Amino acid sequence: MDGTRLALAELQEQFTELKPPFSGREAKIEAMRCLYCFDAPCITACPTHIDIPTFIRKISTDNTTGAAVTILEANLMGATCSRVCPVEELCEGACVLGSDHKPIEIGRLQRFAMDHIYSKKIQPFKPAAKNGKKIAVVGAGPAGLTCAGELAKLGYDVTVFERNTLPGGLSTYGIVVMREPIRVSLEEVEFIKKMGVTVKTQTEIGKDIQAETLLKDFDAVFIGAGMGKVPDMQIPGEDLQGVTEALSFIAETKLAEKDGLEQLKKIPISNHVAVIGAGNTAIDAATIAKRLGAERVTIVYRRSDKEMTAYEFEYEFIKNEGVEFRFLTQPVEVIGENGKVTGLKCVKMKLGQAGADGRRQVEAVPGSEWILECDQVIKAIGQEKPAGLVKAFGLDTDKGYIKVDNTLKTSNSKVYAGGDCIRSKGEAMTVTATQDGKIAAKSIHHILSENHATPKEAK
Amino acid sequence: MADLSINFAGIKSPNPFWLASAPPSNSAYQVNKAFEKGWGGAVWKTIGTPVLNISSRYGGWEFNGQKLMAINNIELISDRPLEVNLREIAEVKKLWPDRAVIASAMFESDPKVWKDAVLRIQDTGADAIELNYGCPHGMSERGMGSAVGQVPEYCTMITEWVTSVASIPIIVKLTPNISDIKKPAQAAIDGKANALSLINTINSVIGVDLENFQLKPNVGGKGGHGGYAGPAVKPIALSMLSEVMQVQDLHAKNIPISGMGGIQTWKDAAEFLLLGATSLQVCTAVMHYGFRIIEDLTDGLNNWLEEKGASSVSEIIGAAAPKYSAFNNFDLSYKVIAEIDDSKCINCNLCYIACDEGAHQSIDLMVDGAKINPDTYSGSVKAKPVVNTERCVGCNLCSLVCPVDSCISMVEVPSGRDSITWGEISAKMPEITTNWEEMKKYRDKVGIDIH
Repeated sequence: MDGTRLALAELQEQFTELKPPFSGREAKIEAMRCLYCFDAPCITACPTHIDIPTFIRKISTDNTTGAAVTILEANLMGATCSRVCPVEELCEGACVLGSDHKPIEIGRLQRFAMDHIYSKKIQPFKPAAKNGKKIAVVGAGPAGLTCAGELAKLGYDVTVFERNTLPGGLSTYGIVVMREPIRVSLEEVEFIKKMGVTVKTQTEIGKDIQAETLLKDFDAVFIGAGMGKVPDMQIPGEDLQGVTEALSFIAETKLAEKDGLEQLKKIPISNHVAVIGAGNTAIDAATIAKRLGAERVTIVYRRSDKEMTAYEFEYEFIKNEGVEFRFLTQPVEVIGENGKVTGLKCVKMKLGQAGADGRRQVEAVPGSEWILECDQVIKAIGQEKPAGLVKAFGLDTDKGYIKVDNTLKTSNSKVYAGGDCIRSKGEAMTVTATQDGKIAAKSIHHILSENHATPKEAK
Repeated sequence: MADLSINFAGIKSPNPFWLASAPPSNSAYQVNKAFEKGWGGAVWKTIGTPVLNISSRYGGWEFNGQKLMAINNIELISDRPLEVNLREIAEVKKLWPDRAVIASAMFESDPKVWKDAVLRIQDTGADAIELNYGCPHGMSERGMGSAVGQVPEYCTMITEWVTSVASIPIIVKLTPNISDIKKPAQAAIDGKANALSLINTINSVIGVDLENFQLKPNVGGKGGHGGYAGPAVKPIALSMLSEVMQVQDLHAKNIPISGMGGIQTWKDAAEFLLLGATSLQVCTAVMHYGFRIIEDLTDGLNNWLEEKGASSVSEIIGAAAPKYSAFNNFDLSYKVIAEIDDSKCINCNLCYIACDEGAHQSIDLMVDGAKINPDTYSGSVKAKPVVNTERCVGCNLCSLVCPVDSCISMVEVPSGRDSITWGEISAKMPEITTNWEEMKKYRDKVGIDIH
């Protein structure tokens, strides 16, 4: 299996952001289309409740810095969210202009404001006077960074512990370049650091620092560690050369972008790639495989298109990319020759009754085995639950996720958690992780400040 | 096809659209090009006394993404020699006998100079002369332009100098930089003007550059007032046109008006015609988009005329003018209230906030028939704006801010009161107009509730 045969120019075209940035005039014209609704539904639809009409109005008046500050006051991950949020399902989906005309392009306008403040290196939030209290944050992804930033604003001495080489979590490693260049994620981390937050990378809990140390040395701990690696499928042939998993596949392209797109050429890619799973990560992996030059990319999914967890617009997008689908198809064995993948043995499935999660269950059709010829298999079948941290901190769980109350407090009263690692229900999105960071920061501040009455949920 | 041709004080034009005296009519090159595109006439950029122009000259006002919502200029009259302009006017008129070619003129206030100028202009074959009494900058400081238009006596005097020697129609162009435009209009008629044109540009400072604090337009670190024009001035022009239409002598002497000020589309043009203008002059729209806009101006006007069953443009000239009246004559018992079409409402709630904070608190946000407080309401059902028909004063504001076509209509409802005007009240019950106690008694009697 070799690297891509595509020329660098073509790779550059394939690996740039899907939507171009607004020019100043475009942004202004789009901003002027906004009705500036009173009690606007987009604000309610945004999990972090950004005052969208206000920031858009500020763009229209050339107060772009003010627009960015309005966004950041509600959402410190404004740059990432502007790119990765499923806006069709959130703010733009709620826009009152959607029914009659075209909704306002809120995501792109937010990106315009955030690009402005980052390119001009404007830092509106200065480090606050320290209040003498120390907070440890586990994981430098959107939840952890937001919690850290919000607490730093209030005067807490915050240290973020990140096991990876680079901070930023999924924004850095897991969101495809076409949606979010790695630069954006790293700038966002720098922004949080300038607020007075310390970020320690390559520091893993239980290995480089013990959970007990955190509990002893800090006044509170926030866990925003995300999820683990893609689990094994536990089928024969999984160890053959050519079987990889989606997250590290995506991460390679992100790092390649950082080190120069030339690096993309080193990523092994085959003629026919099978991607197993049909969530948003599977879509991303399939997109990359196609754009790296694979002739055929087939998504293999054991349920039907109705049960897919990928967003509708992602499904539409990937079909346009030329990716094929094999629904109601369950891989049972990876087949190979000379230690290399040559195909995926699958069995046909049929839909049964709806399960506990409302999705219809599937069962194998006896004697329906067939072989999908392919020479690369990418697994995108979800991620492992945060078992290591649960054990290290001795926390209660809910379906394997960290169990929290409304204030995001875990079973240990000193430990709070948020982001994907608590997402036993609801949708795991950057924007919800960000909101968790905000809520946890507010809860921690409430508990650690003198005058605490009943805990309140953050807005 | 409706007949778009006009006869304006004897000046014939295949359609009512003329280039206004301004940069687009500066040369034979431009006017020839405009006529090729279909313009009905052109008022040549003002010729007259020697001038020197400066750089820069124009300032623009951008509003909500619309460039040149208004323009202002500090350009003077033509800086090309008189001879060149006169020669080119003659050439153009010879080439285009069916179009209106009008020379705009501005000379120093000396009867001999004016007499000589009029005779020379007549020699070109021009159809008429427009006297520029409106230019508000540069020339006014030299006792010309609006310095004449602002003093009715000068208006009459210079107009008389011109009309006493002229054998072609004389149009007097009025300045809007005056409190009562009827005065110079009457003065021009007294000087035997054959027609009027209005408005010239309005005194303005278009803006200040926020980067370097320079006025716009910036002339080497200095700026000053200039002439304001473009779409933003249209309502002022319509008002002044309507005022001039009140001058009785105008109708007695059959004096037509050439209307201008912010005409950008055929719809603007139609409004000027309805309020009494016979010919229409256009400048800013051409400066913005070029002569080609004449196609839609004539096409749109024709389609609208046909839709209205009019076979010629002359049928609708002044058709709305009789409706122009004074507050004193308005029926105090006429009543409209807002009606929101729920099926069209997109729930932007702009009507609610406009009424609540900008008008008369007559729209409530309601859920299931109960009024909610938007500051505290957190229910999942989106509240809908509902008009309180008892409180609605019929101000129109909600319907003006509503972004959805025909979602909010203002519907006439019976007030239950006899028709009466403020003029009638002043005449019959003057005590009401000066005494709040009496006013209260009157309101109680006829049933007018104020909140």
